[in-house]
Amino acid sequence: MERDTNFVLGVFDDEDVLLHAVEEVRASGVKIHEVYSPYPVHGLEHVLGYKRSRLPIAAFLFGMLGTSLALTMQFYMMRFDWPMIIGGKDYAAFPDFIPVTFEMTVLLAAFGMVGVFMISSNLKPWAQPRIFDVRSTDDKHIMAIDIANNSAMDLAKIEEILKSSGASEVNKKSFE
Amino acid sequence: MAHDAQHYNLDQKFEFKASTKKSIMTVLVIGAILLGIGIVMAIFGGHHEEGAEAGAHAFHWYERLYANLWINNVYFTGIAIVGVFFFAIQYAAQAGWSAPIVRVMLSFGNWLPYAAVLMIATFFLANHDLFHWTHSYLFDKASPEYDKIIDGKGAFFYWPMAKGTFPVFYIARMVLFFGFWVFFFNKLKKLSYAEDSLGGSTSWYKIRSTSAYFIIFFAVSSSISAWDWVMSIDTHWFSTLFGWYVFSSWFVAGLSAMTLLTIFLKGQGYLEMVNENHIHDLGKFVFGFTIFWTYLWFSQFLLIYYANIPEESVYFIERLSSDVYGPFIFVNIGMNFVLPFLVLMTRDAKRHGVFLKLVCTLIIAGHWVDFFLMVQPGTLGHNGGVGFMEIGMFLVYGSAVALVVLGGLAKGNLIPKNHPMLEESYHHHI
Repeated sequence: MERDTNFVLGVFDDEDVLLHAVEEVRASGVKIHEVYSPYPVHGLEHVLGYKRSRLPIAAFLFGMLGTSLALTMQFYMMRFDWPMIIGGKDYAAFPDFIPVTFEMTVLLAAFGMVGVFMISSNLKPWAQPRIFDVRSTDDKHIMAIDIANNSAMDLAKIEEILKSSGASEVNKKSFE
Repeated sequence: MAHDAQHYNLDQKFEFKASTKKSIMTVLVIGAILLGIGIVMAIFGGHHEEGAEAGAHAFHWYERLYANLWINNVYFTGIAIVGVFFFAIQYAAQAGWSAPIVRVMLSFGNWLPYAAVLMIATFFLANHDLFHWTHSYLFDKASPEYDKIIDGKGAFFYWPMAKGTFPVFYIARMVLFFGFWVFFFNKLKKLSYAEDSLGGSTSWYKIRSTSAYFIIFFAVSSSISAWDWVMSIDTHWFSTLFGWYVFSSWFVAGLSAMTLLTIFLKGQGYLEMVNENHIHDLGKFVFGFTIFWTYLWFSQFLLIYYANIPEESVYFIERLSSDVYGPFIFVNIGMNFVLPFLVLMTRDAKRHGVFLKLVCTLIIAGHWVDFFLMVQPGTLGHNGGVGFMEIGMFLVYGSAVALVVLGGLAKGNLIPKNHPMLEESYHHHI
């Protein structure tokens, strides 16, 4: 069976039930593909066992890029390209460069972080997100389980686990 | 839901052990010895008295002693009042996370009465040796030393008396500020400890309103005290953000002191309720206000540097082009911005005591350098510098503050056990 095509969906009405269900389902050995919820559920990423985001590293690197670009740009412009004496200062008056450097650092860190976030969480403009259940944008939490990923376990067993952990419905969903 | 915070021993008291006292006393004695060596060297050194030949007033060794007293008076007063201020902020902002450590913050206020006495005594002792504006000839139109600019500012020190006599307004402000600070500290302390036996939320509401009044008073008094105690040394010069600059220096040093004390108490087995989430928040405050201080320092510097108006830029020329103070400008930036910024940037560094201990110690020493650079160039000129006297005096003051603060902390429960938000703080998770 191909991965990422056939899913079992557990539909949950309540976030507390969901949080305990995630723990139970994972404890029983079922691998969860993803949980979709209409709003951020506090502690969900913790029970799902997600590692801390590495986004700060991207932010730091993009920030450094901004710092070095800004300094290079200003030194090149003010010292080599078009030297001008401003306020009786040296051509390359370092303190004058700090505000622009700061702004460029913040700008590139912010843009870089947004870009990396969009790409890594599949929100890029050309992405076609899959809708598991439209109610996950309204009032239901949807737990998606990839059947191919859990081939060691019987399908009926997975559905049984979902039901016993508090799912109000158990559905199936297939993608082309 | 059960009250999980009750699992902890909330009646714990800090026991000021003889061994802790002894190690603080050792530091104090080492400081006193260094101070003594510094004084002896200053008396018999005598090489710096070229001023006498040039016809200017001769430099005396005790001027350096007074300048050192003044640096530490201002610096440790700041750390003490910031403890009370940060406590008040917790209540005014209705913060829950900090509930178990509010008394650690408040305990720094115990130094305030001592600071008041020392500050006023030092002012009368040092007088002309620290503050140029105390010379009466500056205000005498017949005198060759008559100074029109200082005469224009004279009323700020001497009103309602004649300029050049007794600085009534200046002394009144000093007494008023210390008076109200000590008053608010005592009131907050009383209310906070009364909560232990009263329970309920009435104490919390009373502390909140008292805190709000204190914050309003502190907003004004912190700025004015910075002009009075620090900016008036360079009497001709002024900077409009100086009050904020001094406040930010006090604030980040105070936050570092609170963080260090919290980590110290945790290391001794107290404050079981406090975990790395609370430490993380303190670390974030230290990190954030380090950048805030840098922002103000640089804002002051850049505008003066860029505009280059002589009466403004003299402040930085006096420091940057001096052999004595020039290097310390960069030491100041390195200790108070570059190193804390790089070390505390990651999440882990803010959650683990080792890094925080390192950075907080660095910041406490670093902001002493900041005040050293504010006070000494204007009072001692090229006769200043960091020597035995400076290090000794800093150690003496630091350990005296530690003795007073820990002694005050040992008097009551460490954790406000009836704080209405203790439960919230227990569940604090970031």
